Amino acid sequence: MVEKVPAVEFRDVSKIYPKMKNAAVKHISFKIEKGDFCCLIGTSGSGKTTLMRMINRMNSVTKGEVLVDGKNVKSFNPVNLRRHIGYVIQNNGLMPHMTIRENIILVPKLLKWPKDKLAGEAQKLIKMAELPESYLDRYPTELSGGQQQRIGVVRALAANQNLILMDEPFGALDPITRESLQNLIQNLQVRLGKTIVFVTHDMDEALKLATKVVVLHDGQLIQVGTPDQILHHPANDYVKSLIGEERLSEAKYETVKVKNVMLTNPTKIDLGASLTDALTMMKEHRVDTLLVVDNGDHLKGYISIDDLQRNYPKASSVSDILITKLGTVGPEEYLRDNFSRIMSRNKSYIPVTDSDKKLVGIVTRASLVNVVYEKIWGDKSRLQNTSEKEAK
Amino acid sequence: MSRLSLWQQFIYYYVHNGSYVLEQFNRTFLISIYGVLFAAIIGIPVGIFISRNGHLGDFVVEIANFIQTIPSLALLSIVMIGLGLGVMTVIVTVTLYSLLPIIKNTYTGMSNVNKNVIDSGKGMGMTKLQLLYMVRLPLSMSVIIAGLKNALVIAIGITSIGSFVGAGGLGDIIIRGTNATNGSAIILAGALPTALMAILADVILNFLQKILQPKGLKKAN
Ligand SMILES: Nc1ncnc2c1ncn2[C@@H]1O[C@H](COP(=O)(O)OP(=O)(O)OP(=O)(O)O)[C@@H](O)[C@H]1O
Ligand SMILES: [Mg+2]
Repeated sequence: MVEKVPAVEFRDVSKIYPKMKNAAVKHISFKIEKGDFCCLIGTSGSGKTTLMRMINRMNSVTKGEVLVDGKNVKSFNPVNLRRHIGYVIQNNGLMPHMTIRENIILVPKLLKWPKDKLAGEAQKLIKMAELPESYLDRYPTELSGGQQQRIGVVRALAANQNLILMDEPFGALDPITRESLQNLIQNLQVRLGKTIVFVTHDMDEALKLATKVVVLHDGQLIQVGTPDQILHHPANDYVKSLIGEERLSEAKYETVKVKNVMLTNPTKIDLGASLTDALTMMKEHRVDTLLVVDNGDHLKGYISIDDLQRNYPKASSVSDILITKLGTVGPEEYLRDNFSRIMSRNKSYIPVTDSDKKLVGIVTRASLVNVVYEKIWGDKSRLQNTSEKEAK
Repeated sequence: MSRLSLWQQFIYYYVHNGSYVLEQFNRTFLISIYGVLFAAIIGIPVGIFISRNGHLGDFVVEIANFIQTIPSLALLSIVMIGLGLGVMTVIVTVTLYSLLPIIKNTYTGMSNVNKNVIDSGKGMGMTKLQLLYMVRLPLSMSVIIAGLKNALVIAIGITSIGSFVGAGGLGDIIIRGTNATNGSAIILAGALPTALMAILADVILNFLQKILQPKGLKKAN
């Protein structure tokens, strides 16, 4: 088996700009696999652009190694390297004195593609940008900001580059245009299987687009993970604040697991116990049903006070009146997936069993109430906050 | 001849010396053009070079500025000490004077090209040379031409004075006029074409500047 070579790898990379005391990025190591959509996120000045520009040698590497396709970038000719890595610069950077057509096919032209191929490429790309073909002969200033950014994005695809760097390509756009551009780039990425490194300071954007999120702060790597990992296990308060309270509490609710709310001391009785014992236990714990387990704590079923009373003199052991039909949930299951199932049962609780069928706890209706309360209470306090803001 | 009005004398001079005036006109024109051309050959590369280095740029512009402050007659005399009488002295003086507007404008034009655009060109894999002729020069072309225009207008003025050191040209006619009794018409006969040439140079280069201004930039203003 051939080992998979990452598209980009940082090995203990630091960057100190000339005449600067402090490093702009410090000891960064992580990998970007082929086909990844990697978002670099952090507040302004956290080193996102600096880090990204080391990939195509727009910035030199002070310490450590940056590898592209497994080879140190220093071993490439910088001009050639840049022609084979798409780059969407912060603030689009279209050439103002060139038409859209000339702008789009600039890199293929630098690569000396034949003329007829160039014409076709321009038409293909303008379609990709979802703009009319007549725009090819316009100048950048004759396009709106959003249209210019579309061109900026497709321009980076012009020479079939497999690796594309994008530096806040959708900055300063209204949310609707932004979303349509996000969809555009996401479609292109999935359809064409590109590897994308994408700088943003918008966590929503990162969580939506990324397969891998890299959080930077003050030039340091704070966390690398999938959007799910970032959302559910933020490494520290900085990451939490990037995600935002609202998103965080939503995520919390989304990910409450059965084991987080279950009671771990259910009233249970041994399969071999007598009905007298059972009755005593029911009285002691003020319950009308008992879960029945064998001596290995495996759940066998339950008995109810109803059946006990009806069969009392005839039957003597718990196993005689055992009802084996009952639904269970696993401790690792998400509460949201089982919520209605638990609530709709006319029993007041549902037993929780692990993969060995061992009884580990129960979820009562009362514990569900707590969860719902928390969610609604959380919503309410948020609503109050926003209405207060509006009032001001 | 002195009975004729100034205007009549002026016409009379042209009728009788038309080809001579034309010859001197050409001469002045060529001397100015050569001077500016040499200045451009030196000044544009210098301007391009110093635009990469702010401190050096300021220093060089300072020197060119200094040359400009020397009165033209003084500079002519200084150059004459080295090169003697003749056309070369004037061409060298014109070149020296033209350096400032050309270097300064090239320098300004080059350093005012949007950094973002240069960065994007570099990021797409342009070589330094490609960056120069595909991005930096086209985007500063109109400022550079404005510099050439200033240089040419100054050059025509200096060339006229240059007749004092034996370079010939329209200045010769003016000098003749000043030496003759009642020479106003002759002075006019030399001065008018000189002024006309300066105005024409200005108009033509303005036009050129407009043509060479990249299309995408015109709409922006
Ligand atoms: N050319 C440079 N010379 C010196 N310092 C620089 C240079 N470029 C960036 N820096 C510094 O390096 C740090 C990181 O800058 P960088 O541009 O990478 O931030 P960023 O995360 O991209 O921010 P933003 O979101 O504002 O674009 C900043 O402190 C910045 O001042
Ligand atoms: Mg940046």
